[in-house]
Amino acid sequence: MSKPEAASNGISRRQFLGAGAATAAGVTLAPGISLISVAQAKPVAEAVSSDKRWGMLIDTNKCAKGCSACVDACNTENGLNSGDEQHSRPEQKSQWIRKVDLRDKLTGHEVSLPLMCQHCENPPCVDVCPTGASFKREDGVVLVDKHICIGCRYCMMACPYKARSFIHEELTRQSENAPRGKGTVESCTLCVHRIDEDTANKRDPACAEACNTEGHKAMIFGDLKDAGSDVSKALKMHSSKAIREDLGLNPGIRYRGI
Amino acid sequence: MKKVNYLEIEGKSSGFFVLLGVLGAIVLAGLGGMYYMEHHGHYVTGMDNQIVWGMPHVFAVFLIVAASGALNVASIGTVFGKAMYKPLGRLSSLLAIALLAGGLMVLVLDLGRPDRLVVAMTYYNFKSIFAWNIILYNGFFAVVVVYIWMMMQASMNKYYKAAGFFAFFWRLILTTGTGSIFGFLVARPGYDAAIMAPMFIIMSFSFGLAIFLLVLMLGYRWTERPLGDDVIRKLKNLLGVFIGAVMYFVLAYHLTNLYATEHHGVEKFILAGDSEHTTIFWVMQILLGSIAPLVIIYTKLSASRLWIGIASLLVIIGGLAQMYVIIIGGQAFPLEIFPGMEVVSSSFADGNSYHTYTPSLAETLLGLSGIAAAMLIVTLGAKVLRFMPDSLADKDVNPHHKG
Repeated sequence: MSKPEAASNGISRRQFLGAGAATAAGVTLAPGISLISVAQAKPVAEAVSSDKRWGMLIDTNKCAKGCSACVDACNTENGLNSGDEQHSRPEQKSQWIRKVDLRDKLTGHEVSLPLMCQHCENPPCVDVCPTGASFKREDGVVLVDKHICIGCRYCMMACPYKARSFIHEELTRQSENAPRGKGTVESCTLCVHRIDEDTANKRDPACAEACNTEGHKAMIFGDLKDAGSDVSKALKMHSSKAIREDLGLNPGIRYRGI
Repeated sequence: MKKVNYLEIEGKSSGFFVLLGVLGAIVLAGLGGMYYMEHHGHYVTGMDNQIVWGMPHVFAVFLIVAASGALNVASIGTVFGKAMYKPLGRLSSLLAIALLAGGLMVLVLDLGRPDRLVVAMTYYNFKSIFAWNIILYNGFFAVVVVYIWMMMQASMNKYYKAAGFFAFFWRLILTTGTGSIFGFLVARPGYDAAIMAPMFIIMSFSFGLAIFLLVLMLGYRWTERPLGDDVIRKLKNLLGVFIGAVMYFVLAYHLTNLYATEHHGVEKFILAGDSEHTTIFWVMQILLGSIAPLVIIYTKLSASRLWIGIASLLVIIGGLAQMYVIIIGGQAFPLEIFPGMEVVSSSFADGNSYHTYTPSLAETLLGLSGIAAAMLIVTLGAKVLRFMPDSLADKDVNPHHKG
C-alpha cells in the first residue's frame, strides 16, 4: 500500500529534525531557562505528526439560520465558485461544506448547522479506497491524493456524511489553494494550506474564520490534543456530539446543540 | 458414450459474420458512449453526487457476477464429478472469462480516470475490498486460462481436476468479494449486510447458468450440431433450483430488514414506494425474472427449447433488474445522516425525499457493450480454439441415457 509522501518520507526527516531540536533545546543557560526552545508550531517544511489532531467544535446554538458565510468563504478559498462548473447540474456540482437546517421529529426543535467532511479517526472512505488515494494524515486531516485517485467513487458510497463530491467536468480556473481535476473525488481539506503554515502565517480554516468575522463565533478550530487550545477547553466545558456517533468513527468535527 | 470430439466452429457462414457485425457495432457504440463521457466528464451522464454509480455499474456487476456463475457448469463436471457436464467444461470456462472481460471493460471505462488503470494495478490499499477484487479478477483470468489449458492439452489432463478445484474456490472467493463491495458499506441502510456475499454467490449461479444455457442452445443451433434433450433438461432443472435459491435469499434479506425498525424506511422505499424501484423489483425482478421462468421450467412449456430460451432470457432481465434495484435503489434512498431529525433545507440534496436517476444513452450503451464484448469473445474464441464438442447428443454425452 502506498502512503502519502509526507507520511512515508516524514519518518526519517522527523527523526532528523527531532535530533536537531533536541540538540538546540539542550543549549540551556540555567535550569528552566533555555537559550533556544522548541516552538510549539511546526516549521512549514516539517512533516505533520500525530502530536496534533485538528478538529472543530460547531455550536449550533450560535449558527444563524440563513447565514452561509462559512460556505461562501470555503467556495472562495478553494475556488469552488470560480464559475468553472458551467455544465454540471446542481446535483453534480461540488460542495465541500453545506448548510443544513434540521427539525427534531418529536419536539419540533430546529437547528441550523454547517456539514462537511468530519475528518474521522476511522474514516470509511480511507478503508474502501482501492489505491490509497483517500488517506488520513497523522494529524487527523482526511484528504484525497489527486495523483492516484482513479475516480471509482467508492469513497462516496462509503461516506456516512455524503461529504464528498465528484468533479463532473473539465476545470480551468482552480484556486492555487486547492488543485482539482475532472474525474476525481474531492472534499473539505480543513484548509490544510492554511493550517500547515508557519506560526506567524497560520490561519484558521476559511469557514471558521468567516464565522468569527461574521460575529457568530459558532466554529472553534484547533488542536484536540492540546488541552490548552480553545477547542479543547470548549469541548471539556460543554457537552457535544458527533454526527452518527453510533458508527464509532470518532470524527474530528463535533457539534453542540444537536 | 463415445469419446468427446471438440471442434472449432466453422465461422464461414454469412450468419457468423452478421453476428460478428452486430456484436462489433454494439461494442463500438459503447466505446463511443465512453469517449463522449470521458471527453466531457460525467456531467453528460445521469450520475451525480447522490447516485454516484449508474447504469455502467449495473451491467458491470451483473456481468462479473454472471462470469463466476458461468464457470459453475465446468465445476459440476470437475469438482462434483458429473460425467454429463464434463464436455461442457471448456465452453463454460470460455464464457466465464468472456463475461468477466466484458464486465471489467465497462467498470474500468466508467472510472473518472480510466487512464489511471495502471495506478489501480500498482497501488494497493489492502483494507479495501476493491483492491482485493482487482487481484481476484485478474487472478480469475489466470486461473481459468490454466484450467482450460489442463482440459485442452492431453498431456496435462492429469492436472485438470486440481485446476478445476482451484478455479472453483477462487470463484467463490471472487463473488464473495463482489458481494462484499455492498456488504461492507456500513453507512448505507440498503447495504451493510453480511447476506450480500452469499446472496451474490447464489445470484451468480442463476445468472451464469441462464447465460450459459442461451449460449449453448444458440451456439448448437447456429452451428447445426446435435444437442441432446437430456443435457437441456438437466441444465434447465438446475436453473430452476438456482432461481428458487435466489428468491429465498431475497426473502431472507427483506424479512430481516423488515424486522428492524431502523430499516423500515428503506424497505418501504423498495417494496412499497412510489419510485421506479418498487415497480422494477416486483414486476421485473420477481414476476418476470423469477416467477415466470419458474413456471416455464416446471410446466410442460419446458418441453420446447424456445420456452427454455425465453426463461433464460427472463432470468437475465430479472438479474439486471435486481442489480438495478440493489445498486441504484440502494443509493436513491437518502442517507440517514441525522437520525430522528427531518431535514428542512439543504443545498446538497440531503433530506427526506429519494434521489432520482435518469440514465443517459451513452452510459446505457457502455453497459450494453459489455454484454456484446463478452459474446464477441465467446464467438471468436470458439472459432479459433476447440471449445465446443461436435456433438452433445444424449447418446454421446449422457452415461445414463436410455435410448
